[in-house]
Amino acid sequence: MSGTDWVVIAAGLAAIALVNWYFFVAPRRAAPALATSGASGMPEVRITVRGGYDPATVRVRAGAPVRLIFDRKETSGCSEEVVFPAFGIRKFLPTDTPTAIEITPPAPGRYEFMCGMSMLHGAVVADA
Amino acid sequence: MSTDERTISIPVSGMTCAACQARVQRTLQKQPGVADAGVNLMMQNATVRYAPSAISPEQLVQAIRDTGYGAELAPETQSAFEEQEARDRAQNEEYRELKQKAIVSGAAGVLAMAVPMLLMQAVSPRVLNVVLLALTVVVMSWAGRHFYSRAWSAFRHHSADMNTLIAVGTGAAFVYSLIATAAPGFFVRRGVPPDVYYEAVIVIIALILTGNAFEARAKRATSAALRALAGLQPPTARVVRGDREIDLPVDQVRQGDIVVVRPGERLATDGEVISGESAVDESMLTGESAPVAKATGDRVIGGTINRTGALRYRATTLGADSVLAQIVRLMRDAQGSRAPIQNLADRISAVFVPVVVSIAIATFVVWFVVGDVSGVAAPAVRAFAAAVAVLIIACPCAMGLAVPTAVMVATGRGAEAGVLIKGGEALQRAGAIDTVVLDKTGTVTEGRPTVTDVVRAPGTATSEDELLALVAALESASEHPLADAIVRHAHERGLNLATPEQFQSVTGRGATARVDGRDVAVGNEALMQEHGAQVAPLRADAERLAGEAKTPVYVAVDGALVGLLAVADPIKPTSREAIASLRARGIDVVMLTGDTQRTAEAVAREAGIDRVVAQVLPEGKVREIERLQERGRVVAMVGDGVNDSAAIARSDVGIAIGTGTDIAAEAADVVLMRGDLRSVVQAITLSRRTMRTMKQNLFWAFVYNVVGIPIAAGVLYPAFGIMLSPVIASAAMAFSSVSVVGNSLRLRGARLG
Repeated sequence: MSGTDWVVIAAGLAAIALVNWYFFVAPRRAAPALATSGASGMPEVRITVRGGYDPATVRVRAGAPVRLIFDRKETSGCSEEVVFPAFGIRKFLPTDTPTAIEITPPAPGRYEFMCGMSMLHGAVVADA
Repeated sequence: MSTDERTISIPVSGMTCAACQARVQRTLQKQPGVADAGVNLMMQNATVRYAPSAISPEQLVQAIRDTGYGAELAPETQSAFEEQEARDRAQNEEYRELKQKAIVSGAAGVLAMAVPMLLMQAVSPRVLNVVLLALTVVVMSWAGRHFYSRAWSAFRHHSADMNTLIAVGTGAAFVYSLIATAAPGFFVRRGVPPDVYYEAVIVIIALILTGNAFEARAKRATSAALRALAGLQPPTARVVRGDREIDLPVDQVRQGDIVVVRPGERLATDGEVISGESAVDESMLTGESAPVAKATGDRVIGGTINRTGALRYRATTLGADSVLAQIVRLMRDAQGSRAPIQNLADRISAVFVPVVVSIAIATFVVWFVVGDVSGVAAPAVRAFAAAVAVLIIACPCAMGLAVPTAVMVATGRGAEAGVLIKGGEALQRAGAIDTVVLDKTGTVTEGRPTVTDVVRAPGTATSEDELLALVAALESASEHPLADAIVRHAHERGLNLATPEQFQSVTGRGATARVDGRDVAVGNEALMQEHGAQVAPLRADAERLAGEAKTPVYVAVDGALVGLLAVADPIKPTSREAIASLRARGIDVVMLTGDTQRTAEAVAREAGIDRVVAQVLPEGKVREIERLQERGRVVAMVGDGVNDSAAIARSDVGIAIGTGTDIAAEAADVVLMRGDLRSVVQAITLSRRTMRTMKQNLFWAFVYNVVGIPIAAGVLYPAFGIMLSPVIASAAMAFSSVSVVGNSLRLRGARLG
């Protein structure tokens, strides 16, 4: 094997490591957003949907209702639904029409939400 | 109304005068993005026409609150019809756009393949490549634009999807070709021909767009049944106001309004008939094909079609509480629900794209090194094509669509047949049912006592009609549950009933009265003896009838026995057939009842059930179900949803026979719109078919990727010399998800019999 081959192997392994780091390890570090008190007096978070959820992690208080307002800024069919499996919610998100979803995390913990096909992921983290 | 404008109705509270109204209206009209706003003081609401891109309903509510009045968005549940419409609009738009792009890029692909052949002699390869480059840039930046923009926005969120694969695959091919066009020397110096892959990029984009367009159309078809249901609601109702009949928008009809419906018209709301007679076609909601006769006092359902006569009815449940809205809401929730079988697919989807990208990189490395070591002239070219093929052939969409599309089509198919399945989980469990427990009264039987036999005593001169008229006249004064059955039966025969005098009810024995100047006694043997009547001539008949689960009563007139009536809760005409087909499907059928063993056994014999548990209280029903479950049975409990709700909740699949207005039947997993046990067979058949479809879909989606990706990577090359070109890979990818949706759509025509 020539030197070029070794370079290609090394570069390939590095690229694989980078891809897996970027998609699996890095997302966990994203800073969560805190819910703030909204117009209705209930804590609210605005989540922009465009190829993902922004913010993807939301911090809330356990036991208290929170309103998540999903604002889908794209027409891609992939993100047209948001699913909260733990709450039995599956909601259609019309483009450019903010859609509110209210949930009450019963206990401290991490409650995942995702798109209808489980490609995009986000989570509500409830603290005690 | 243009498509980028919406109308919303917001209830406003606290307005007391025209000035308040004007203030709210002015405020709303001043909001950016509001085209028009009207506030109705009487209705206490604001109707706003607005551009959703400029302002949201929440902001409108806030604007109203800022004026000092209360406002609340209508609960989400009320907009079942609207949400369906919004979804339809989005899907139609998506399909239209994809179709257009697919056609244009397909034409560009044909051109890209034809041009080199036509112009090969006329122009230099260099010029040819520049022409192709221009065409590719146009296709990528117009038709394929969303692949790249979506891949980029997903990438920024550390996530990756189908668009990532397409964008990386075609992007790599494009960049390679671009270098070959701009700096062919770079390749030539390394002994590699400066080939370009422009036509491949265009054709890949065209094929994937074509697949996506088919997929969008097929996805639209999966919710066709729900759309049809939502479309049953007529926009207006003809309501009697004063002495006039006026057409009102349905949302302005109030409870208690008198609604008029002519033959051939659709009923606008639920209600109770107050005059007129007609046959109403309820097939769209119940699956029952024969029209149902309606007369005064009968319940009618909005959305059904009045066939023969005119009806006037009093509106009862309206808006979100109407039967139709409940069905639509239930179906929408069901179609959006998850089936547990999907969990594995979801776990794979979540890691799929990064894993495929890793495989593509590994593919490149292996082909490059192997090619280089074995002395192939240009190892990078083949390695590159294989890596691109891996990216392009991988299809996460098929896995994501496998289960949800089957759930959507199946719940829609069920609704057409009057079988409302509440979600993917219920569907999955119903497919595994091996024991069906039936409540007797109202489930196996009609639940309404009826006169089944009239026997005249030997030698009596009284005719059957006379006998019945006398008994019915007496019973018209009684409140005994069987009395109603006898009176009804006499009315059905068109008999005129005299007014009874000196009516006396003898507890535990029967009743006596004077009718038309004759002494009539109706009751058991003891009562007959008191009146000096001998029951011996009819005793054998009485015992036979009692053995058939009927209640016999003797009739004496002026001290002589004249005959015998039998009253029973007859089994539904369809029960026997339904139970036979359940058993033919290998399902055990058990009947539970609070009645006596004797009655229960007689009903079971007639219905063809061999396992009966009689004299059980409601708690006993729950225990019986638990006992079956402990033996490993998957138990479905079928009941009316009111008296059996505990047993229904305890069972694996609770099936409630819809009693009319309340569709929700909280505890139940399946609600039957028809009180016909054949619906139970349909529910189970549909669930089994659906499970099969889901498994097929998942199997093909998995196998497709598990087989397709290695072939694209070139595992077959050493043995068979097979390599997939990226173009073939894109065709396979585009049609794999279409085939999954197509397989789910086959459930639409499923025979449920």
